[in-house]
Amino acid sequence: MTESHFPQTPPRFSSTFDPYTVAEIQRAAATGIYDIRGGGTKRRVPNFDDLLFLGASMSRYPLEGYREKCSTDVVLGTRFAKKPIHLKIPVTIAGMSFGSLSANAKEALGRGATLAGTSTTTGDGGMTPEERGQSQTLVYQYLPSRYGMNPDDLRKADAIEIVIGQGAKPGGGGMLLGQKISDRVAQMRNLPKGIDQRSACRHPDWTGADDLEIKILELREITDWQTPIYLKVGASRPYYDVALAVKAGADVVVLDGMQGGTAATQDVFIEHVGIPLLSAIRSAVQALQDLGMHRKVQLIVSGGIRTGADVAKALALGADAVAIGTGALIALGDNDPKWEAEYKALGSTAGAYDDWHEGRDPAGITTQNPALEARLDPVLAGRRLANYLSVLTLEAQTLARACGKSHVHNLEPEDLVALTIEAAAMARVPLAGTDWIPGQRF
Amino acid sequence: MRLFDLADLPVRDLNQLLHNLTPETNDTRWRIVNPEGEHNIAVGVDANINIEIDGHAGYFCGGMNKLARISISGNAGQGVGENMMSGAIHVQGDASQSAGATGRGGLLVIEGNASARCGISMKGIDIVVKGEVGHLSAFMGQSGRLVVFGDAGEALGDSLYEAHLYVRGNVASLGADCVEKELRDEHRAELHTLLEQAGEAGKVDVSSFRRYGSARALYNFHVDNAGAY
Ligand SMILES: Cc1cc2nc3c(=O)[nH]c(=O)nc-3n(C[C@H](O)[C@H](O)[C@H](O)COP(=O)(O)O)c2cc1C
Repeated sequence: MTESHFPQTPPRFSSTFDPYTVAEIQRAAATGIYDIRGGGTKRRVPNFDDLLFLGASMSRYPLEGYREKCSTDVVLGTRFAKKPIHLKIPVTIAGMSFGSLSANAKEALGRGATLAGTSTTTGDGGMTPEERGQSQTLVYQYLPSRYGMNPDDLRKADAIEIVIGQGAKPGGGGMLLGQKISDRVAQMRNLPKGIDQRSACRHPDWTGADDLEIKILELREITDWQTPIYLKVGASRPYYDVALAVKAGADVVVLDGMQGGTAATQDVFIEHVGIPLLSAIRSAVQALQDLGMHRKVQLIVSGGIRTGADVAKALALGADAVAIGTGALIALGDNDPKWEAEYKALGSTAGAYDDWHEGRDPAGITTQNPALEARLDPVLAGRRLANYLSVLTLEAQTLARACGKSHVHNLEPEDLVALTIEAAAMARVPLAGTDWIPGQRF
Repeated sequence: MRLFDLADLPVRDLNQLLHNLTPETNDTRWRIVNPEGEHNIAVGVDANINIEIDGHAGYFCGGMNKLARISISGNAGQGVGENMMSGAIHVQGDASQSAGATGRGGLLVIEGNASARCGISMKGIDIVVKGEVGHLSAFMGQSGRLVVFGDAGEALGDSLYEAHLYVRGNVASLGADCVEKELRDEHRAELHTLLEQAGEAGKVDVSSFRRYGSARALYNFHVDNAGAY
């Protein structure tokens, strides 16, 4: 006799060919082109969630919340510039171009940053009067494309950021697709409307750190040594890149981890090039320390910063400040569930929408479509960003006080332990409950 | 005539003096001696003045220039006139790589040869080179004109946008999306005006130039062109 009823197993998906991978192969086969998208790394990589603060107890003295001061101010550009940047909080707004973002979004970033006492940054595409007007402290990016670059705006900038690379795509250039090129964007970039605008991956008039040193001197000469000069690199070989940045004469190094957002990049680039921020900070700080320049050349880190805990951990590992891109856009209103019907119509859903390159953003942020852009009220959106920045700061202060620090910069690696062996090795702090730092030579 | 001796005082002092000039200045003639290949001479000038540099200049001479007319009696290093906005720069000798890079306006004349990447990413500048230009010249050139009396190196006009290229000599090879185009009367007229401005009017026959421009086939990404990128 055989049993008439066999037990059924549920359909089993391959973990190698998982449903997303299968769908991607099907998409590739149908279109013949790689996937381009906005945002940052979507798969999980070791990050700040894998670190914990120890907090004070018997051997360390905590500070009283609400009463004992925990300062958060930052000074950037003290090495050579006559006018260093003074910020109230250790969180800055990262460079995002007008073109990739609407003029209203840029204005909102300026408003929010100014309310919070911090800086915002231009991007690949030049400086708009709206963002200059609304940003008390504005960092002007100097990129390979040099779109919109001119000496008048250079002198209007509070700091200059030479972009070597971004965490989302170290070694890659940029692309703004034709559908996002409005008359205004085209005019600012000296290109015809409606065509793809490529940004080169290398600067047009210098190669290598020795040339860069002269380039930095040129920018200092043009601005009469007033303006701090930052250098932004994607995290890949942070020890050497930071050492060379110091050698080339930077006032500030901006280090962007692989999780960092982008307006439009190939998915394969976003997910497979560069190293996570967690694994980059200690090498960068080590380079600064080896050169006797830690805290003299300031370090700003970015790439996947979401919370005050992330901010505090980045500072504890030795950064002077952090920068945020994606988090700031979400605060403005990106991926807001109130547009769910429209995200669905675009084949996405609130929280996962990343087709920022297409210019059809329902939230009016990553678009040049006037009707969509009008949905974003720059005053209200700026207020939301200021609120978010305030929460990040309060959270970082809370953690710093718990560790007994009267300034967030007094946080140190000694305050941290790791939850995983990977994070312990990358952040060079002990695995929780042990004194083991994998990879440390004694 | 203001005389500035770079053997006595640093480039910093020179640039500060030049930046301090007001539009009403009477100091409209400057002579800079002993440049000895110093970098960043007369960068970021924004004044309607004449500057003569007596000798060789290093990197980025006349960078981001506005209005000034700068003349270099020797050779110029990398990035001469980079991102210049207006005015004119005249190099009597040869120029190193990236001459006139990303320039937005004004006129750059090079009597000798220019090295690689001459006019790279040009955005409105006019460049006249009386000798040859090196490889990858006018790479991603967006607008403006590059006129070359001699030969051009490999990959001329690679990924070209709307810059106009005129070459009288041989072109070693054309870059992606750069093609030869018919030289019509309007182009002869354009060349004539440009050569007049460069002080070369009547010295060369405008009909002896060939015209190169963008095929515009790579303006919008298409998968069938993937091999060209
Ligand atoms: C919409 C968008 C546009 C961006 N544009 C630029 C740019 O023009 N230049 C640049 O250096 N980085 C650009 N970035 C990267 C950011 O400056 C920053 O490195 C990154 O967003 C930080 O990571 P996060 O998004 O996880 O906070 C852009 C990022 C986004 C999200």
